[in-house]
Amino acid sequence: MRKDGTFIGVEVDDAVAGDAALAAKLREVCPVDIYSDADGRVDIVEGNLDECVLCRLCLDASPAGTVKVLKLYDNEAVLA
Amino acid sequence: MRFFEYEAREIVKRAGIPVTDYGFTTDASEARSIAERIGGPTVIKSQVLTGGRMKAGGVKFADTPEEAEQHAADILQLEINGHQPRGVLVDPKAEVEQEFYAGVVWDGTRKRPVMIFSPVGGIDIEQVAEEQPDKVGRRHFSNILPFGDFEAKEVIASTGVTGSDLNKLVPIVTRLARLFVDNDMTLAEINPLGKLKDGSFVALDAHMDMENEARGRHKKLLKDLGVGDEETRQAREATEFELAGEAVDAASHRGVAGNVTEFDGDLGLVIGAGGGSLTLFDAVRKYGGRPANYCEIGGNPSVEKAKGLAKLVLSKPGVDKIAVMMSIVSNTRVDIVARGVIAACLELGFDPAEKIAIFRIPGAWEEEGFKILEKYGVEYADRSVSMHEAARRAVEKIQGGVTA
Repeated sequence: MRKDGTFIGVEVDDAVAGDAALAAKLREVCPVDIYSDADGRVDIVEGNLDECVLCRLCLDASPAGTVKVLKLYDNEAVLA
Repeated sequence: MRFFEYEAREIVKRAGIPVTDYGFTTDASEARSIAERIGGPTVIKSQVLTGGRMKAGGVKFADTPEEAEQHAADILQLEINGHQPRGVLVDPKAEVEQEFYAGVVWDGTRKRPVMIFSPVGGIDIEQVAEEQPDKVGRRHFSNILPFGDFEAKEVIASTGVTGSDLNKLVPIVTRLARLFVDNDMTLAEINPLGKLKDGSFVALDAHMDMENEARGRHKKLLKDLGVGDEETRQAREATEFELAGEAVDAASHRGVAGNVTEFDGDLGLVIGAGGGSLTLFDAVRKYGGRPANYCEIGGNPSVEKAKGLAKLVLSKPGVDKIAVMMSIVSNTRVDIVARGVIAACLELGFDPAEKIAIFRIPGAWEEEGFKILEKYGVEYADRSVSMHEAARRAVEKIQGGVTA
């Protein structure tokens, strides 16, 4: 699953999108509410994507490589 | 925050400065009662926060209480410069031998209060300063250290006042200076300060302006005077544009993006950071620019909030371009503001490269911010470009030529 704002895109691997624990965790850690917990599935709140502060908390909270934050203004550079 | 005359008189009175036996009322029949109590000719003065009362018929003289009531009734109905009177002040018509001026005003350049005194009162002090400069005494003083009588004495004496008058005026001017500091005023003025036939001095009119940010420190005084929290007491009512700016700021708790003041220029400003707004606004004017607005952005607002402010400014009729400029930021993030202002352009159908005359915000996350600006072709500057130079470039761009 991938959703794009104007400046920031977020991609969540379908393999983990249905993980209820991850959905709750992502919702909890994101300071600008980019993730929501849709009945145990990870959902991305499109309207909040451009508020991303590049804090990496979502990356730390998820299995390596399953969540990607893309800088659309920088040739889709992936936040490492 | 400005005070009505009747409130300013009360403040003066509380400071121990003699005032006339005036009365304030919102009712014409009560004006008659006050005039009866005063017992003699009176002056009925409209209580409005605007100038030109006399010319507009908002100040009338009455020989009898009946006349005072009639004048009060008329004045209470009289709108002056779009302002309805709060009430009327009924004042004894004093037998004045000489009118003086005493005032204290905040000097924003020196960052200290300055006391001004003149034996020529009753007219604008600016006019006296121009026509009879030797009749105006000035002295800056500390708003931290205790104010001494000698400071008032020096100022008064410098205008040629001596003897008994000098001795009587010193405590009045001293109290005025202390009142100014104690109440966080930006202006405390008694004009005229009348010398009566019996040689005594009395405040015949007073103007007070309190620093708006200090209101919270003077809740008791404001409550005593009946000033409600909702009363802004600004020089004029907020415009729709300014109210919309307040709404932008109120929409989210994060940071500041507001304090908007409307002007009639063509260069919209999104400015801020540690006093940067004032510096940048002045710099734009210095180079011949015509700001469309003043505003303050800082404290790391959200993208949405920065966007809201930029959209508001961009949508203002007559705005050709915006200049996004701040002092060096530490808390506010450059990339967040960049996203906000570019999103504002895009949502309004503008090319950011065309609409943003310059983006000069150096500081936190500037590398990320500059990448965003580069993508959209917006001219930006880092800290090697001063705020003044950035303002000059913005003005040059909007004027399409060379600036002053």
